[in-house]
Amino acid sequence: MRGFAHHLFHWRLVVTLLLATCAALPARAQLTVEITGAGGQRIPIAIPYLAGEELLPTPISQIVGQDLAKSGIFQLVDVGLLRLPEDQIPDYANLAVRGADAVLAGSATVLGAGQYEVRVRVFDTRRQVDLGGILYRFTPSQTRATAHRIADFVYEKLTGIPGYFASRLAYVVKQGNRYELRISEADGSNSVPALISQEPIISPAWSPDGTKVAYVSFEAKKPIVYVHELATGQRRVVANFKGSNSAPAFSPDGQSIALALTRDGISQIYLIPVSGGGPVRLSRSSAIDTEPVFSPDGRHLYFTSDRGGSPQIYRMPASGGAAERITFEGEYNVSPDVSPDGKLLTFVTRNQGRYQVALLDLQTRQQLILSDSTRDESPSFAPNGRMIVYASEFGGRGSLFAVSTDGKVRLRLSAEGADVREPAWGPLPR
Amino acid sequence: MKKLLTPAVFCLGIILSACSSTGTVEEGTGSVEDRNVGAVTTVTPTSPRSAALAALRDPNSPLSKRSIYFDFDSYVVKPEFQSLVQAHGRFLAQNPDFKVLIQGNADERGSREYNLALGQKRAEAVKNALLTFGAREDQVEAVSLGEEKPICTDRTEECYAQNRRADILYSGEF
Repeated sequence: MRGFAHHLFHWRLVVTLLLATCAALPARAQLTVEITGAGGQRIPIAIPYLAGEELLPTPISQIVGQDLAKSGIFQLVDVGLLRLPEDQIPDYANLAVRGADAVLAGSATVLGAGQYEVRVRVFDTRRQVDLGGILYRFTPSQTRATAHRIADFVYEKLTGIPGYFASRLAYVVKQGNRYELRISEADGSNSVPALISQEPIISPAWSPDGTKVAYVSFEAKKPIVYVHELATGQRRVVANFKGSNSAPAFSPDGQSIALALTRDGISQIYLIPVSGGGPVRLSRSSAIDTEPVFSPDGRHLYFTSDRGGSPQIYRMPASGGAAERITFEGEYNVSPDVSPDGKLLTFVTRNQGRYQVALLDLQTRQQLILSDSTRDESPSFAPNGRMIVYASEFGGRGSLFAVSTDGKVRLRLSAEGADVREPAWGPLPR
Repeated sequence: MKKLLTPAVFCLGIILSACSSTGTVEEGTGSVEDRNVGAVTTVTPTSPRSAALAALRDPNSPLSKRSIYFDFDSYVVKPEFQSLVQAHGRFLAQNPDFKVLIQGNADERGSREYNLALGQKRAEAVKNALLTFGAREDQVEAVSLGEEKPICTDRTEECYAQNRRADILYSGEF
């Protein structure tokens, strides 16, 4: 485990350090498709300016470079003022000398009528291979989103797994008695409020297509579950029964929501159609059952229950039935989230009085604690399963953190004078 | 906030009961006109309620105590709160037109959702105890605020203990 101070760096500082040091470091890693996984070495990549980049409203190459550097899987190689259009063969020897195992070549053109075009191509400079190219046409307001998609393209070409830079985060900002549900880019930038309330908002959960967020709002003085269409701002109550309505999670097909209701006395898990209709009870215990989340194949539900005397994570068939206990270490394991490949479980564990993000390999049963902090909450996997965002605190204030599943990359996202909490990492746009 | 609100409601109660007792006095010593319009019968049903309200607000009555405190990660009503819960249960049995809302709360440590469920369990535990002592199901509603509405925000065990709480609120108090 890295030192505590390591993850206190703001990501900008991390990026600055990477940019400052990478030119001086020799290339250590050969470019391979299997570079991902625990302890994988960073891929040195050159991201030159796009030919014609000055024509764009925002410099795309810079955003692509920041995305890749923040992933912790790439190391930026400084190539100065080099410009490399995608239709030319790169100077492989020169790039290899500079330590770049890969290069992103590209060019930008103005199509007129507020439309731009960017073409990029990824080259493996060691093997001297063209790994493929892509073309995007976009309007000025789509420039950043386009840059994130290009970063995702590079990430996938070089690692073999999808990126996550074009995905979005949902989280809650509390300032005084004002609560805002906010939607931002994956790195926390360009956030927009979806809901502003004088009462608490908790537990946002994304629909699989990324168009909707379900959440719990106390605006009617009790917890009620809403589904909110992000593009239109239209929202609908999906659960307002006697007692508490909370902990929504969309099914992988987007048709149903699993949630916790106390209509029958204590918190139990139910399934309710998104389109409206009555809830079906899935769990039948005399204890607290809450925080359901679907396995990616939709066959199981992971959830928190104190049926064994202390809160632990269990798994049951998505149609209900017998539950098996999943977590065994410690006396407090809560807030599960499953990786998109279904192989890893992240949750909050109490470890010697400290609440920390843990990662459990569901096959090998190996468990790892990913944080050094004391008040972690609500871990949520990135759509590619390589990063986890969670809430904790910094300087006495709620902040968001992201950590890679190997524990090496750490980011912090905080807001001036406000508490940031309840993160949920959304899917990649379709 | 709740601590501030309760005395305000208490004072309001005194003013209201003062008004109604003034009305009662007027009935006794009142003018012929008052007797003629028959206003007396409309006042009578509120008299027991006023007496009951006064009992609820008498600082010497166990009924003036409305908060039940819990241990960490526990929803067991501890023995020291049995007499308090018993007093409210019997009061509700004797005053069937009174209703209560029980708000369960949790300290800020751990999962917000688990704490919401924990607050609900605490509220339900108090509700069940009230039913045991004679309250009717439709007189008691249990809800949870989880860790979202702390009355104390310091990071101390004393403060956490204050937030692990269920409050009994009578109709008109919330």
